[in-house]
Order: sequence, then structure tokens, then C-alpha cells
Amino acid sequence: MELITPDFGLMFWMVLAFAIVFFILLKFAFPVINKMLKNREEKIATALEEAEKIHEEMLNIQQSNAKLLKQAQEERDKMFAEARQEYDEMLKKAKTKANEEAERIIENAKVSIENERMAAMTDIKNQIANISIKVAEKILEQHLDNDEAQIAYINRLLEKEDKK
Amino acid sequence: MKIKRIVDYTGNKIFVIISLLMLLTFTVSVEALAADNNGVEQEENKIEEKLDAGSIIIDHLLNDYEWHILTWKGKHLSVYLPVILFDDGNMYVFSSRYLSHDDKYIMKNKKNGKDVIFSIPEDGKYKGKIVIIGENGEIRRPFDISITKNVLGLFVSCTLMVVLFLFVAKAYKKRGEKAPKGLQSLFEMLICFVRDDIAKKTIDEHHYEKYLPYLVTVFFFIFINNLLGLIPIFPFGANLTGNITVTIVLALFTFIITNIFGNREYYKDIVNTPGVPWYLKLPVPLMPVIELVGCFTKPFVLAVRLFANITAGHIVVLGFITIIFVLGEMSMYAGYAMSVVSLLLAIFVDCLELLVAFIQAYVFTLLSALYFGMSCKEEHKE
Repeated sequence: MELITPDFGLMFWMVLAFAIVFFILLKFAFPVINKMLKNREEKIATALEEAEKIHEEMLNIQQSNAKLLKQAQEERDKMFAEARQEYDEMLKKAKTKANEEAERIIENAKVSIENERMAAMTDIKNQIANISIKVAEKILEQHLDNDEAQIAYINRLLEKEDKK
Repeated sequence: MKIKRIVDYTGNKIFVIISLLMLLTFTVSVEALAADNNGVEQEENKIEEKLDAGSIIIDHLLNDYEWHILTWKGKHLSVYLPVILFDDGNMYVFSSRYLSHDDKYIMKNKKNGKDVIFSIPEDGKYKGKIVIIGENGEIRRPFDISITKNVLGLFVSCTLMVVLFLFVAKAYKKRGEKAPKGLQSLFEMLICFVRDDIAKKTIDEHHYEKYLPYLVTVFFFIFINNLLGLIPIFPFGANLTGNITVTIVLALFTFIITNIFGNREYYKDIVNTPGVPWYLKLPVPLMPVIELVGCFTKPFVLAVRLFANITAGHIVVLGFITIIFVLGEMSMYAGYAMSVVSLLLAIFVDCLELLVAFIQAYVFTLLSALYFGMSCKEEHKE
């Protein structure tokens, strides 16, 4: 029975002690502990948020990097293509120019060859004429070395003149 | 192996220390009881040989004016505590040693110079309490605020609690927002447990911070006293949370706080309970009466639950220890044989009590938080 009978003296001390403990803790312990717990929680929350942000930023940077790389590659390809085109064009131009030059040279050569040939022909003609004249002289000398022949020849010539 | 695993699991030095202290002090308590047995035998040899196991157990649960530590070869080693009495406008302060050795202690009344006789009756209504024997032989109980065993235990545990909390608060101040360390991390774990798993889950998020200091204080008060109650050596081991007075005071605080901070909604629900047909309220106010009684039974149940759980645990442990001497009285060998079994069983129960110490602190705090939550909720969610 005594076990379940409240005792006034103990109750008095219990109320006093518990109230004092409660107020000491309320005044000196809980504000500090609560503040620090809250601060730390906030700190952790902001740190997590920041980490998330940084992660996102990194993703963005990676994306833009990839984009830049792609752009650069495209540019390079374009430049290559352009260079090739220019090269081809230049090659083509040089070829036509060279052809033209060659043709011109060949033409010139042809003209000069013709000229040479003509000169040579004229020369040959002259020489042939000289040779023929000399031959003719020789032949005439042979044929007209007597009088009769000379008179006969003059006659023939006169005849021819007459006929005319 | 298993204990090691538990230790690893909790990872707390405090638990290890407490368990070690417990194991260590078991031997002490056995010795003390053995000595007790001797003493009882020597004193009661003439009257009665039989060992009264029941009264030994109950005496260990009860409050006392002296703190008995052990009896060795018939000599008592006790801490005698001051008796403080108020009677008829006079204050009487004396050591309980005088009443321990003699039946009566006589002091002079300062006002009229008459002798005042103090005594502790062996039975009757005031069994074990200091009474004043009047001139005509009638006894009356003075206003008694003596520093009894439980009051000293209360001071010890309160001091310990304040010191621990101030130490932890200092650690927080010093370490700032860094991760907790040592005792601080144990306290942080428990404080966060009370805050997140008890207060936040049962009380409105706008109101819980108001109740948090009380909930943490009550949790730690019960938990620390439960643990100290398991340590059977001198400045600890006062059976505080197993004392109905202490639990009633705790429940009373919960009751007062519930009703002081209760909002209009809470009081309206008591008078006019929603969701109940009108005929249960109008001619005969059945529901309001039930609700009103409920307001008082809730804290009453809190007090009785804590008291009964802790007392039951202590009775079981004491029973296992006492059975050694009951059997030892029949035969010495039976006593020795039983001591091994009893000790193992008592250790098992004490380990269980460690769990109960936490669970009861949790339950008391959780139910208090529930009552607070009910008394300050904003609106009905129907």
C-alpha cells in the first residue's frame, strides 16, 4: 500500500528540483543547442543546394563545351572544303593558262617554221633557177657553137615571133 | 560476442560504461544483500528464523530516511539523511541516525518548551514514516520535507543532468557548426530523436518548438533516472521513476502544460464533442463528462504506466537475487547453485531493463507530445 501512496515531502522536492532543472536547461542549454542544431541544418541544406547548383552549372558548361567543340569541328570542315575548292580552282586556272601558253608557243613555232620553210623554198627556187640557167647556158653553148645552128635558132625564134 | 556486437552497434562509450558498472555492481548488491541477510538473522534470531523475501523486495523499492549501503558482520553502513519537519509552526531538523538507533527521539518545542516525541511506527497507517506522539499517546503526521533517500537521489540525478546538459551546451558553443563529438553526439542523437520523431510528428509544425524544451527535459529526466535506478551503488540506485510520487509530478506537469497551452478548439471539443449525436450531450451531458474525466485519466495513466513498468523491472531483478537467500536458507548448496542461475537471469533482466528504460522514457514523452498536439491543433481535418 505504501508503494502506491504519494508522499508529500518527496512531491515538494520533486516539483522544486524538476522546475529548477527545467529552467536551468531552458535558460542555458536549449537556446545554445537549438541554435547550433538549426544553424548546422541550414548550413547542410545550403551546402546541398549549392552542390546541386554547381552540378547543374557543370552540366551546362559541359553542354556548351560540346557545342563549342561541334562548332569548331564544323568550322574546320568548312575551311577545309573551302581550301580544297580554292586549290582545285587554282589548279584548273593554272592548267588552262599553261595550255594556252603552250598553244601560243606552238602557234608561234608553226609560223616561224612556215616562214623558214618559205624562205628555204625561195632559196631552193633561186638556186634551181640559177642551176637551170647555168645548165641552159651550157646546153646552149653546146648547141650554138656553129653558125648554121645559130642561124637556124634565130630563124626559129623569128618564126615564133611571127606567129605571134 | 553478442554483447560486443551490441556495443559496436550502439557505438557509445556511455552505454558500455553503464553496462560495465551494472555488471560490476551486481556483485556489490549481492554482498550487500547477503550481509543484510546476516544482519536480519542476527537481529531476528530470537523472534523469527524465516526470511521474509517479500518485505526485503518492497523495502528496496521504498523511500527511506537513511540510505542503507551494506551491513557487514552485523554492522550497518548507512548514510543518515537530514530529517526536516514542520509541526504547529515549528521547524525540527535532526539526523535520521537518532531514529535509526532508538525508537524515539525527543526534541524541545521552542515555543512552549514542551518535549516533542518523534517515532517511526512499525505498522499501521503511518508505517515507516516519522510521526509525532502526542501527550495522550495519539499519533499525528507532521509536515515532512525530509531529505530522504529518493530526494537525495533526485538531487544527484538532477545535478548530473544539469552538468551533462551544460557540458553539451558548452561543446556546442565551442565546436560551433562542426560535427558533434563524444557525449555531444549521444545527446544530439537523443535530442534530435525527441524533436524529429516525437515532437514534429505529433504536434503542429508551428507549435512544436514551444513544447520541445519540456519534452527533451522530461525525456532525459526519465531516461537518466531509469538508468541510474539500475545502478545499485550509493549515490545512484534510488528508485525514482519507480516511485508513484515522482511519476505523478511528471504527469502533473504534462497535465498543466496541456491545459495552459490548450487553444479554444480544445476546450470547445470537451464541452461540445464533434461527431457525436446530440442526445449524448443535451439532456444528460454524458460525452462532456467522459471527455472531462478523460482529461484527468490521461496524465494519471502516464504516471501509473511509468511507475508500474519500472517497479515491475526492479521487483523481478530483486526477486532473482532474493531467491538465492531463500534457497540458501534451506541448504547452503542450493543457495550457491541458485546464485549462478539467478545472477544470469538477473543480468538478462537488467539488460532488458536498459531497453525498458529507453522505451518508457520514449512512451512518456510521446504521449505527452500527443496530448500537447491534441490541445493545440489548428482545425479539424474531417
